[in-house]
Amino acid sequence: MKRIFPILSVITAALLAYALYQALVVAPTDAQQGDVYRIIYYHVPSAWTAFLLFFINFIASIQYLVSAKASTKAAAKWIVLGIGVVGVIACFLPQVQRMLPVGMRPSAVATTVLAIPLFYFLIGRLFPGQKLDVLAVTTAEVGVVFCTIVLVTGPIWARPVWGIWWAPGDIRLTSTLVLWLIYVSYLVLRRFSNSAQTQMLAAALAVFGALDVPLVYFSIWFFRTQHPQPVIGGGGSMDPRMLHVLLISWIAFLCFAFLVCWSRFRLELLHREIEEAHAMESLLGAGAGSKASLPLSRSSR
Amino acid sequence: MSLWSVTFATLRKDIRLEWRSKDALNAMLFFSLLVVVIFMFSFDPLAEESRHIVGGLVWVSFLFASVTALNQTWARELRNQVLDAYRVSPAPANALFLAKALGNFIFVSVLEALMTPLFVIFYNVRVLGPAWQLLPIAVLGTWALVVNGTFFAAMSLRTRSREIMLPLLLFPISIPAVLGMVAGTTSILTGEESAHFWIVLLLTYDVVFTTACLALFGAILHAE
Amino acid sequence: MNAIKFLIAAYVATWAIHGVYLASLVRRFSRLRQQSRELEKK
Repeated sequence: MKRIFPILSVITAALLAYALYQALVVAPTDAQQGDVYRIIYYHVPSAWTAFLLFFINFIASIQYLVSAKASTKAAAKWIVLGIGVVGVIACFLPQVQRMLPVGMRPSAVATTVLAIPLFYFLIGRLFPGQKLDVLAVTTAEVGVVFCTIVLVTGPIWARPVWGIWWAPGDIRLTSTLVLWLIYVSYLVLRRFSNSAQTQMLAAALAVFGALDVPLVYFSIWFFRTQHPQPVIGGGGSMDPRMLHVLLISWIAFLCFAFLVCWSRFRLELLHREIEEAHAMESLLGAGAGSKASLPLSRSSR
Repeated sequence: MSLWSVTFATLRKDIRLEWRSKDALNAMLFFSLLVVVIFMFSFDPLAEESRHIVGGLVWVSFLFASVTALNQTWARELRNQVLDAYRVSPAPANALFLAKALGNFIFVSVLEALMTPLFVIFYNVRVLGPAWQLLPIAVLGTWALVVNGTFFAAMSLRTRSREIMLPLLLFPISIPAVLGMVAGTTSILTGEESAHFWIVLLLTYDVVFTTACLALFGAILHAE
Repeated sequence: MNAIKFLIAAYVATWAIHGVYLASLVRRFSRLRQQSRELEKK
């Protein structure tokens, strides 16, 4: 595994450089906005990455909460499967399709719904037990970094194009900001609480946050949005050449996010190991000062 | 032991304690009175647009004031290890939560009943829309604040510097509820548009988060 | 033409934020390594 990391770093760096070249040189200039529009090649991929990471955090938190008891774990498995099946079927019923917002394609919604059981089972398989919690910390922190970038680059784009830095009451802007606030409070909770219950508290907060986001989105429904339509699955139309560059950029940023998450994940594992060793040492020190070996396997890297 | 008998026993105990000491209520009342006075100096209360801002002022002052009461909710149970005793007792965890939430609901409602006339006097408020709709907004909005507030107060009990943690956890989650309360109140006061949508929003918020609190409170109380 | 400034600012800001975060990761890693070395010595 350790040999893969440098190889992947080189590939990611090359991809990011290629994406930058594509974004600045190859992609055509926008007819109305001029060259400023090229900010979207950083803004939109960062947003997608951030939402993906928060989604993974939500799934990991749910699994952590549920896996405390065997009965709830089995029930949750069937509920998730049910959500997947019912959600996909519902997207193709005409009654439900009418309720979807204008410009949202049913096939896109169905794919999103399908991602829920898929991620749920994948994450449960790959990250058993305490690793679920480590995954939740990792994705929340890296997600906040990407979300910060979205919130910083957004106004920089809006100033020359809209004439204002921020549009108060706009659906997309406000819900992204609230998402950011919720995950920052999640990280603050993790920082302020270092007892044994932290993991459970944080997982509960993550579930609350995930319930809150649709409500925020729904509550600002009546305000008009100035934000351009979503690129994929929305009514927005885009030059295919631009879309191509956007996807390249997203792949580059996904690789980058993966590398950062990997490092953060290992950092958290190391941190917990050392904490355990410290606790062990103070336990042994309380004894007769015996020279027992400490459970420190990864320390001499 | 049934859920309701435990709930009402705990609720009765809390109300009796509060009736004898009046700690939380006095603190909340004085706090929101201060907020009213400070806002009065910061904005011109006689201005024409006071009707547009007073909805925001009322709810912001209630939000801040209720945090002071919410912080006290569980601190009382920490003395003499009452909470630990509760944890090992066979009483359902949700009964304790419901009792605390209902108690806070009553305290904050009393605060609102006492403070609203002051706002009306200081800001010369005259309602242009259907005034009776303010009642469902007040009830649903107060419950929205209190149910999550009680939950997060229990959560921040396990952290360092818990008084600071509560608002940090509560405010981001409460944003849709606060928006619903403020926008609903403003639209009734100005009478420009229907508050129907905001009442539905608050109702949805209450249902969703009451369910979530009841589902997760056991895990929070017994978390080890 | 003035708008180019905003483009450059956004790209620089993105990498500045990533840089700060990566630097914090490196700092935390080195601190933990030092701690683990101290633990091994004992």
